[in-house]
Amino acid sequence: MTADMDARTRRVYLVLLLAPLLLLAFLYLYPLSRVLWLSVTVPTLGFGNFERLFTSSGIQNVIWTTLRICVLTTALALLIGYAIAYAALHLRGWRGELLLFFVLLSFWLSVLIRAFAWLTLLQSRGVINTWLMSAGIIDAPLTLIRNEFGVVLGMVHYMIPYAALPLYANMKGIDTRLVPAARGLGASPVQAFLKVYLPMSLPGLISAGILTFIFSLGFYVTPALLGGGKTIMISEYIAVQINETLNWGLGSMLATSLLLAIFALLAVLSFFVDLRKVFGVK
Amino acid sequence: MDLAPSKPFRLTVFGAWLAILFLTLPFVVVFPVSLTPQRYLSLPDGEFSLRHYQTLLQDPSWMLSIRDSLIVATGSTIVAIVLGTMTALACWRISSRASELVRMAMLAPMIVPSIVHALGFYQIWAQLGLLDTYTGLILAHAMKGTPYVVISVSAALANVDLRLEQAARNLGATALQALWKVIIPAARPGMAAGSVFAFALSWDELVVTLFLSSRGVYTLPRKIWDGIQDNINPAIAAVASLLIVLTVVAMVVRLLLARRQARLAAD
Repeated sequence: MTADMDARTRRVYLVLLLAPLLLLAFLYLYPLSRVLWLSVTVPTLGFGNFERLFTSSGIQNVIWTTLRICVLTTALALLIGYAIAYAALHLRGWRGELLLFFVLLSFWLSVLIRAFAWLTLLQSRGVINTWLMSAGIIDAPLTLIRNEFGVVLGMVHYMIPYAALPLYANMKGIDTRLVPAARGLGASPVQAFLKVYLPMSLPGLISAGILTFIFSLGFYVTPALLGGGKTIMISEYIAVQINETLNWGLGSMLATSLLLAIFALLAVLSFFVDLRKVFGVK
Repeated sequence: MDLAPSKPFRLTVFGAWLAILFLTLPFVVVFPVSLTPQRYLSLPDGEFSLRHYQTLLQDPSWMLSIRDSLIVATGSTIVAIVLGTMTALACWRISSRASELVRMAMLAPMIVPSIVHALGFYQIWAQLGLLDTYTGLILAHAMKGTPYVVISVSAALANVDLRLEQAARNLGATALQALWKVIIPAARPGMAAGSVFAFALSWDELVVTLFLSSRGVYTLPRKIWDGIQDNINPAIAAVASLLIVLTVVAMVVRLLLARRQARLAAD
């Protein structure tokens, strides 16, 4: 605590600090701890629920599906987000700003509306299938949703701004004079990018990647709507355990595992960057 | 040294515009679909109809869900602003390891997946009798919105000199007066930005709402969700179109305001 603070000021600011903390503890941390508690007490005390991570092939299936979709989503969102961020930063004048405007627009648009828009496009009587059939390109509708294709498409669409915006912020801090320097010394544009620019943007790429991956892991709305009950990711599986089979032990165990996985990833991330910077509090 | 744009760069720019097309295409398609004269989702076949917009006005359940969303989003934004601003102010003034820990703890709801805290809320809200009530939903949404307020107020305070508070005190202000008349005004831009985030978050929140409410509090996202589950009816396309227009208008207004502010600051 700063030394030059008198007792009265200190009291005012302690109240400002402790009142929200108490509320958070009671209304957020306590409910969260109940989930952790249930995972080792329902139906019986012990790690029986966690054993199922290793024995139940159904659960392992869901976990693999989730990981596969998240890896693919993260890779695609990073690739596309990188191109957008790079172009937005290096295009002169209004073009760069316009690119960024569209990314921000998509960032602000409702997740439910996005998933709905994709349903309109992709379902069997949807816009794309109707158009392809009336043009005579296909005879029967293509299956574009209720599978991994639909889920990944919808998720990449959602995650692009989450990859592009931090990448843009990171690239802004890169000293770009080194690239023309490399070019002046005879490097081709591709060489200059791969050997000079890409390594400098690597920390940004890693942190944007881990963040996108973390957000993807716990995603519910888009996979639930575009997976249509066929391609099930972990969040939806947890919801099914609670709502349909009332299996709190299994549901809270998976929720706990998801939480632990995310904290482990954040710990890894903290090796590369200052977490406070990633979340914008510094 | 200025080098002419290279071929790989032009390719990257082309890719970026292609990506923007991918980002916006779904939203563009929603508009014609909302004008279909059919009862099912389809592109209008030469004939347009406003019947689905009419449904929105005539079916009271749509209007009621908008009302519920407004109540919950407004309430939770107010709670989040108060909690988030208090935390950010205290952490700014008392900067110590402990306050840093508190700030990190306040960010937890940003990182924890919705489904995980939805289960927790459901358990405790059931005990407290808060299920399917405005209070219950407002508190849960406020917990999710608070981190964004903490972040944006912290950012606003980052450039405020700590000595400002001390100067006010030396000139005879009490600690509370200094807080109210000097520091809170400095935090105001952050509070405004944070409230936009908290409101948008609550307005769009679905997962927690699915667990905590049923028929008593029926927000717009919940109504859209149920509508998609039952059978996809083009009234949803009409709602979606309106929400997209609203978002675009809000974005453009924000952009123009930021431009004006920048110009005023430059003068």
